[in-house]
Amino acid sequence: MPRLLTGNRLETGDVLWWTGRDWSPLIRDAVAIGDEGDALIASLVAAERINDPALIDVTGTPGNWLPTTTRERVRASGPSVRADLARGSLSTDVI
Amino acid sequence: MYRYDQYDQAIVDARVAEFKDQVARRLRGEITEDQFKPLRLMNGLYLQLHAYMLRVAIPYGTLSGTQMRMLAHIARKYDRDYGHFTTRQNIQYNWIKLEQFADLLDDLSKVEMHAFQTSGNCIRNISSDQFAGAAADEVADPRPYAELLRQWSTLHPEFSFLPRKFKIAVIASDTDRAAIQLHDIGLQLRRNDAGELGFRVYVGGGMGRTPVIGSVVRDWIPVGQFLSYSEAILRVYNRHGRRDNIYKARIKILVNELGVEEFTAQVEAEWAELAPLGLDAPQAEYDRIIAQFAPPAFDLAAPDTLDLSDPDFAVWVKQNVHAHKAPGYAIATISLKPKRGIPGDASSAQMDAVADLAEKYAHDEIRVTHSQNLVLAHVKKADLYALWQGLDAVGLATPNLDLVSDIIACPGMDYCTLANARSIPIAQKIAAKFEDLETQRDIGELKIKVSGCINGCGHHHAGHIGILGVDKKGEEAYQLLLGGSGAEDTTLAKILGPGFDEDGIVVAVEKLIGFYRGARSGPQERFLDTYRRLGPAPFKEAVYG
Ligand code: HEM
Ligand code: SF4
Repeated sequence: MPRLLTGNRLETGDVLWWTGRDWSPLIRDAVAIGDEGDALIASLVAAERINDPALIDVTGTPGNWLPTTTRERVRASGPSVRADLARGSLSTDVI
Repeated sequence: MYRYDQYDQAIVDARVAEFKDQVARRLRGEITEDQFKPLRLMNGLYLQLHAYMLRVAIPYGTLSGTQMRMLAHIARKYDRDYGHFTTRQNIQYNWIKLEQFADLLDDLSKVEMHAFQTSGNCIRNISSDQFAGAAADEVADPRPYAELLRQWSTLHPEFSFLPRKFKIAVIASDTDRAAIQLHDIGLQLRRNDAGELGFRVYVGGGMGRTPVIGSVVRDWIPVGQFLSYSEAILRVYNRHGRRDNIYKARIKILVNELGVEEFTAQVEAEWAELAPLGLDAPQAEYDRIIAQFAPPAFDLAAPDTLDLSDPDFAVWVKQNVHAHKAPGYAIATISLKPKRGIPGDASSAQMDAVADLAEKYAHDEIRVTHSQNLVLAHVKKADLYALWQGLDAVGLATPNLDLVSDIIACPGMDYCTLANARSIPIAQKIAAKFEDLETQRDIGELKIKVSGCINGCGHHHAGHIGILGVDKKGEEAYQLLLGGSGAEDTTLAKILGPGFDEDGIVVAVEKLIGFYRGARSGPQERFLDTYRRLGPAPFKEAVYG
């Protein structure tokens, strides 16, 4: 099962995904992480600019990821009860 | 209302300056997240599912119009235009940015507000009766004593690192609107035959993982000595409360492990040492604070009649308005549970409107209730109609207080990192099943309370119907509990049977209510009373049979 790297930006708290080079607030920009995941997390923890970095399980294909847990789907799309605040790349309908 | 003196303001200003510096150091990378996290938590700042979440303290749930307007300003400027009023009479914002936090704290401190002691293992915001100062059945306004507790507990050096969080509630009537028996300390102000005031003291109540009803450790402590007595309770807890196991760290576990008698004996021994030391506030300080809670100058000529010819207004009055101790006045509750709304949420425009209406019609005072509603406590009956129209214009005139759609729900998995399941959609779906107001009124008083995990922030243990979100192999699932109450007849709800999925729990609640309507002895018998009379078996049969 593909895994994505996610975390929250220190300055804003924004939910972010790792795109291979940088961070994006849109899950569709994320790349699947291979064996390098743990090393990436270790470097992020050391750099101290991304809070709570974690690898999460997803299904789907690049550009079309869907986290497997409700919690991560909520993080990716926004509160299920506020469709007006959805993050754009993923509708709250998927929750 | 209480206004800060120079000491209160100096304490807040110093703390704000200190935390602003800590934030700046974190943003510059001079301290690590591990070092920073406990500091931000002490200042009410959590990291939640979507962003930072800020909890602002509203002492004993009382606010002025100016303060409410500032809460609206904060929602508009630093958040996404809304806030969430909580079961602890506070407000939470869900989309706060650390880089703007210093400005936010400055804004808050301009109106004598702050966010410290809204998290962490300290004495949290003191809660109280939302009808304080207005209820006919109170012996005195409980808030001066809540304010004394606030001052005593603010940055109390000995009690800043307790084994666990500590919550105190104060009321002054036999009717309990603040769930005092479910607090670490619950204080009930009473008057004895000689006309003196004193407190009955409950200790060791709480919800969460291990719900416990508080025990009376003292039936009478004179008001003049309640601070040193509280100090004695906290000392015994601080000394012997378990720090080895977070799940056993609350005072309720200590009281249970020692037994009430032994616990009480230790408190009394500690108090015998403390009482002579002069820790209690001098009478002049009591007088200063009590004077600030003096009731507004009520208009003795205010007419005591109401024109109820508008049927919609009449329904709202019947459901949301309570008797006031002064003739010609009334207490109005503003429901934050509108149709299809989110329990406890208010937009900045709504907060502004409530501030305006409070200034115009309610002596500039607003209260937050533990049921996540707002109260205007001193409204002239003659102004109620205009108030109602003003509320209706901003979607705040829902006449559903204490009815099936007046549901408490914690943020749940829509916002909270600790959640197992979502709470808000469950509340919305249940409310939608009973949208028709006539049906709601026919069902009568029914308190449904939903928590997204075992921590119980949504008071599910105290629900006539309690719903608890659990994780069932990665899926959201819900347990059903019945028979709880957070009032003077406090009881803990009991699990009825196996859990449900999201749709199943809504159907189960419908079945329970359907059964109740057929089984009640008459329209006056509440759901809770029918449950108490018949016991769980027939309810279980109705749901699972
Ligand atoms: C950031 C979101 C929140 C977090 C992390 C959180 C965390 C917790 C935890 C861990 C407990 C259990 C404490 C214990 O048993 O020792 C608890 C209890 C509680 N929380 Fe929250 N909570 C949150 C939001 C809320 C909200 C929004 C409300 C009000 C709607 C609330 C009101 C309460 C109440 C009333 C209790 C029960 C107190 C007791 O155990 O006696 N909390 N919370
Ligand atoms: S009960 Fe659980 S899910 Fe709900 S707010 Fe509290 S910690 Fe979060």
